[in-house]
Amino acid sequence: MFGRPLLRFVRKDTHINFMRGRYAGLIVSAALSLLSIVLFMHPGLTLGLDFRGGIVVEAKTSGPADFAKLRNALAAHNVTHASIQAFGAPDDVLIRLDAGDEQQTNAIVDTVRHAVAEAQPGTTVLRADAVGASVSSELFRNGMLALGLSLAMILGYIWFRFEWEFALSAVITLVLDLTKTMGFLVITGFEFDLVMVAAILTILGYSTNDKVVVYDRVRENLRKYRTMPLRELIDLSINETLNRTLGTSSTVFLASLPLALFGGTTLSGFAWTMLFGIVVGTSSSIFIAAPLLLFMGEGRLKRDAKPPAPRKSA
Amino acid sequence: MYYSRLKLASVLGVCLLGLLLCLPNGLRNPFPSMPWRQIHLGLDLRGGSYLLMQVDLKSLTHDRLQTLADSTRETLLKSQLGYRNITTNADASTVTFMPRDASETEADLAALNKLPRVVPNEFSVKKQDNGSIVLTLSPEALKARAREAVTQSIEIVRRRIDATGAVDPEITRQGDDRIVVELPGVSDPERIKALLGTTAKMTFRLVDPNPMHATAAPPGVSLLPMSTEGEGPPLPVYDHVDVDGTDLTNAGAVIDSQSGEWAVTFTFDSVGTHAFSTVTQANVGRRFAIVLDNKVIEAPVIRSPITGGSGQITGGFDAQKATDLALMLRAGALPAPLSVMEQRTIGPSLGADSIRAGMLSLAAGFVFVILFMALFYGRFGWYANVALLANLVLMVAILSLFEATLTLPGMAGMLLTLGMAVDANILINERIREEVARGRTPLAAMQAGFERATSTIVDSNATALLAHVMLFVFGTGPVRGFALTITIGIVTTLFTTLLLSRLLMVRWYALTRPTSLPV
Repeated sequence: MFGRPLLRFVRKDTHINFMRGRYAGLIVSAALSLLSIVLFMHPGLTLGLDFRGGIVVEAKTSGPADFAKLRNALAAHNVTHASIQAFGAPDDVLIRLDAGDEQQTNAIVDTVRHAVAEAQPGTTVLRADAVGASVSSELFRNGMLALGLSLAMILGYIWFRFEWEFALSAVITLVLDLTKTMGFLVITGFEFDLVMVAAILTILGYSTNDKVVVYDRVRENLRKYRTMPLRELIDLSINETLNRTLGTSSTVFLASLPLALFGGTTLSGFAWTMLFGIVVGTSSSIFIAAPLLLFMGEGRLKRDAKPPAPRKSA
Repeated sequence: MYYSRLKLASVLGVCLLGLLLCLPNGLRNPFPSMPWRQIHLGLDLRGGSYLLMQVDLKSLTHDRLQTLADSTRETLLKSQLGYRNITTNADASTVTFMPRDASETEADLAALNKLPRVVPNEFSVKKQDNGSIVLTLSPEALKARAREAVTQSIEIVRRRIDATGAVDPEITRQGDDRIVVELPGVSDPERIKALLGTTAKMTFRLVDPNPMHATAAPPGVSLLPMSTEGEGPPLPVYDHVDVDGTDLTNAGAVIDSQSGEWAVTFTFDSVGTHAFSTVTQANVGRRFAIVLDNKVIEAPVIRSPITGGSGQITGGFDAQKATDLALMLRAGALPAPLSVMEQRTIGPSLGADSIRAGMLSLAAGFVFVILFMALFYGRFGWYANVALLANLVLMVAILSLFEATLTLPGMAGMLLTLGMAVDANILINERIREEVARGRTPLAAMQAGFERATSTIVDSNATALLAHVMLFVFGTGPVRGFALTITIGIVTTLFTTLLLSRLLMVRWYALTRPTSLPV
């Protein structure tokens, strides 16, 4: 453990013929993404408070929650459309209301607090959030803007560092990853909010990172083996980087796992989505990004035009 | 492969400095004489309230249009020009009137163009096709006014909140017309919301004694409702302000010794005292209205001139209302009402749970990654682990240096950084392994490993950096904390992997001169 490594993922002479599965990979991926898009249309994402607006009050009642009493207390304050749910322990309640205009939304949240306190004295309010309709649409717009601009900047960066075939196949793969993540969110019912946008951006960043490493090796091999067919060359590059790909995805996976298990309500959705994204991002580097590069780059990628990048000694 | 002594010393120096900067977070002020900085816990970890308030631009526009209409009247009267139907429109931000006679139009325009402007090109004066004259406030001027109002409001909001005794409130501007108020430890922001939702503009004005005006107010007189319902019909009050609430020096809540009711006493400054005594001397026997936010609190009859510069308001207050009104009068009036756009409150118990969950996850994730690196990369894996620890220390150090706010997503960001950070070590180690397999000597293999991996490491970190800078720019609240920690994490990762772990490997090689590498 302190000298030589005890474990490794694949032997150094591994040569798996990944490109043989290129059609299968693309078809499976396209089918999953298509299914995700259908799910995205219907039933669609569960929007979180950030993007939907409205109020959420999370309270711990003294003793088991009495839903009838709570409902009556809310009705007595003219709050009738609230949804009251149990979550977690029997004394945890979640009260939600949809958004009205700013003033109203922010007044109702106090009314709900009072009503809960009246219905079951001794109740502690764990969380009380109110987001007005105009703020939520602003947050949504900013979230989407962050997503869109990140994609564009990643495209630009890879384009700048590599050739356009690399950039385009990377971004297509990222979009496929993104749709699958959306599908995952619809199926699991995790709320889509700003924290989730952060998760998705992290997945995009991680997934790009993974592709860059494979592409970097492809580029290096393009210079090294000038006559090797592109298909073999891509296969070789994936195999050479396989230990690294599996290693890094494992460490990121291991780092996110405790969050999913112990992160509490706020972060477990985030962490599960991350875990899903790591698996998707890692497999898409091999099964999607590489075949796409093969299709786009066949007979086109330059082999010798550029001299190797100048290297500094360490 | 060669590390100069200077480089060696500076890498180690940075790590030690990082360790030193981390200290204040664990110990309470280890060396009181030093200006220590530490990480702040975000509201989601500490418990507290977050309020996003917006300055009511409409009311600002309305106020400015009102004064513009007043000065239009004054100017025209002074120049002996006539006008009809002077109206204001807050949506279009215009003041419109009809000249008495079409022949006076040019004179009107000339007179109005000389009106003082608060900022250049604040408003334009134009003649319309139907013969009316319209003054339009420019959008730039309104924006400038909003910005100024936000600046003033922040000051007043701070004073009001400080007076409630809230600990460590954070009041910051957001955008052109918004204010973010963060109140750690305040789990019921209702009172503060009420305090901030009141402009508290107090004026003293005479009541129009003409009984005919009690139902239909002539120009220059407004019918104002009483502040407590059932106190009577609206009162006709002159628009002219005799004494302004801004001329107060002090205010306090007291129990009136005669009636036993709560009251607010106030003291004027010299300007206020002078104005107050002049008005009360000249108007004994008339009613004098105390108007707060366009509602009449009370309108007592002036029995004798009040020259002492102090007075008392009794308006059917309870203790809380009297205290709050006194507080607001002391803090000053807001230039415009503030309305709550977004509010988030986290109770202290949830915050404590979150800290526990975050710390547990951080510890578990750290241990997992360390075990993984040890098992899969042996000796070089342990060097990576040392670098990982240094990475964590440096992240905490930089966050402390910025006095950044640590949120729950921020802790998630730290954890992810730790997971991603070893990527660079994995890249280097795998590369060395390959080079060894190709039959290179240990030295050549390590050299090639470092060199070839560096550009890959920089590329992969650059893309991650781009994504998170976007998130920082467009995100709000806790999510920004996430983006910030990851961004800082990427920088520290580059340092610890490209310099520190490499240094450890090189030093080990230089000391032992091994014939084969543990890869």
